[in-house]
Amino acid sequence: MENTTSGAKGLLQKTELLFEYGRLDVSGVDVAPIANPQVRLGNMKRQQNPQLPGLTEPEAVRHYVRLSQRNYAIDLGMFPLGSCTMKHNPRLNEAMARLAGFADIHPLQPQSTVQGALELMHELSFWLTTLTGMQAVALSPKAGAHGEQCGMLAIRAALDANGQQHRRRVLVPKSAHGTNPATAAQCGFSVDEIGQTANGRVDFADFYAKLGDDVAAVMITNPNTCGLFEPQIKEIADAIHAAGGYFYCDGANFNAIVGKVKIAELGVDAMHINLHKTFSTPHGGGGPGSGPTVLSAALAPFAPVPLVVKTANGFELVENASGEAEQAFGRMVAFHGQMGMYVRALAYMLSHGSDGLKQVAEDAVLNANYILASLKDVMSPAFEGYCMHEALFDDSFLEGTGVTTLDFAKAMIDEGFHPMTMYFPLVVHGAMLIEPTETESKNTLDGFIASMRALAVAAKSNDISKFDHAPHLAPSKRLDEVMAARKPVLKYV
Amino acid sequence: MSVKFTKDHEWVAVEGDIATIGISAFAAEQLGDVVYVELPAVGKNFNQGDAMAVVESVKAASDVYAPVSGEIVEVNDALVDAPQIVNECGIGPEGWFVKMKLSDQSQLDALMDLAAYKIFVES
Repeated sequence: MENTTSGAKGLLQKTELLFEYGRLDVSGVDVAPIANPQVRLGNMKRQQNPQLPGLTEPEAVRHYVRLSQRNYAIDLGMFPLGSCTMKHNPRLNEAMARLAGFADIHPLQPQSTVQGALELMHELSFWLTTLTGMQAVALSPKAGAHGEQCGMLAIRAALDANGQQHRRRVLVPKSAHGTNPATAAQCGFSVDEIGQTANGRVDFADFYAKLGDDVAAVMITNPNTCGLFEPQIKEIADAIHAAGGYFYCDGANFNAIVGKVKIAELGVDAMHINLHKTFSTPHGGGGPGSGPTVLSAALAPFAPVPLVVKTANGFELVENASGEAEQAFGRMVAFHGQMGMYVRALAYMLSHGSDGLKQVAEDAVLNANYILASLKDVMSPAFEGYCMHEALFDDSFLEGTGVTTLDFAKAMIDEGFHPMTMYFPLVVHGAMLIEPTETESKNTLDGFIASMRALAVAAKSNDISKFDHAPHLAPSKRLDEVMAARKPVLKYV
Repeated sequence: MSVKFTKDHEWVAVEGDIATIGISAFAAEQLGDVVYVELPAVGKNFNQGDAMAVVESVKAASDVYAPVSGEIVEVNDALVDAPQIVNECGIGPEGWFVKMKLSDQSQLDALMDLAAYKIFVES
């Protein structure tokens, strides 16, 4: 049976755009007409009704629930999106974040009435600096790239304060997240690319050759975007320091080393921590993100306001560049950052404890290696040896099959999985980057592995029916993303 | 008219002191469907190796580097409206990105000819 009268397919309801569904004469709320309205807008007065679609309240609610049922979520199934650390969001975190003292407060409330929230921010700062061994933390950045910007602005402020304004070149490896060179450029630096060795690590000789007295910093992700640990990280830190520059570490992959490594001991000067990755706060549409940035002693004086400090009278927000924040480079956000994410992240940290967080990293690495070991005979690992928290494959196993990485990813949707990260990192041909995180059970991993093996075997035996125009079973079929990018339609009428 | 290639997969065809520049068919194929092209302003000067244009596909965004030094004298605006031309005719007459007035003819000597580029791509 193909079509129904209603347009629904069983429990999957028909989902129209609000503009198709709504009516101009309907409203979910009754507003009494205003008697004798006084219009003081002169000729700016609106000439016609804004033509917004009207819906009843149940129609509005159902519209969004229906959309959500056509989507994928971590609460539906495994989300092995590499570099994103799509781990389970524990429900305890949600309960804590909804406590009235955290959820029902306003950033302009008198500080005496939000002492509990300030204490939580202070406590979270303590644990983030303790876990990393760093001197200070700027809590306020609202996402990973925003945290990068915070770290690079701190580096720029430190250079300027030390009369080093000529240092404007930043070294970034080829395999870096695209946000790294973008952040450096945004902060007024030029970007110089460092090569990669055949085993997927930073080319130390190339890095060393590119050092100079105009270098401001090096930005390195560890483990890197290939899911591999950079064993020369300390030598890189020592060399950049000897050359007068700073070491920015991209903390996107902190989940692989949390509780295991104090990043201060690696010589890091600044690193953002994605609370929404390592510390389980929701993201990927469930957001918002939160990217606190830890800073070394050399950069701590330049940390942006606000800061939470403990005084004899309780907790206080330092909002201006004065006193102990005299050298603050400014502020990253209008208010104080993502309070709800701070609560969830601290709840996660305290419910795991230091031994539990260490096990998070160990299990995340174990799960990724289980996938790597279980698939390496039918797929092609990009590099030899063990991986850290994510397993990276290239597309050489698909050579000659006519199936591309994109086709493979789309076929995974039919299998009920969110696709892995594809075509990233750019240094690996047809890359497939799989990050299971520690929160998936062996049962779930085995199911995922069985699907991946079946797909790989089908591709290699030239059974391309699963791949051609996949996904076949999803609510939306293969979308024309080329047309969407070339000729985007951004409005309904 | 001789066509030369760079290790970054640009081609350059020279007539007199005007170099016509594009990206190779190999580069276009590796990028996949091109969805966006950003071209420099006419009159702008670039040194050899400078990033002078941007090409973006569904897979990646990439810089196009100046294979030689010189001044931009003309750009192919058709690519901005119809970036698929890059995939359809990388090295053909329509797929060019910019025309540049060469400032140093000798820079061409170090670039690869088609035979050498083919070997470079296959290795």
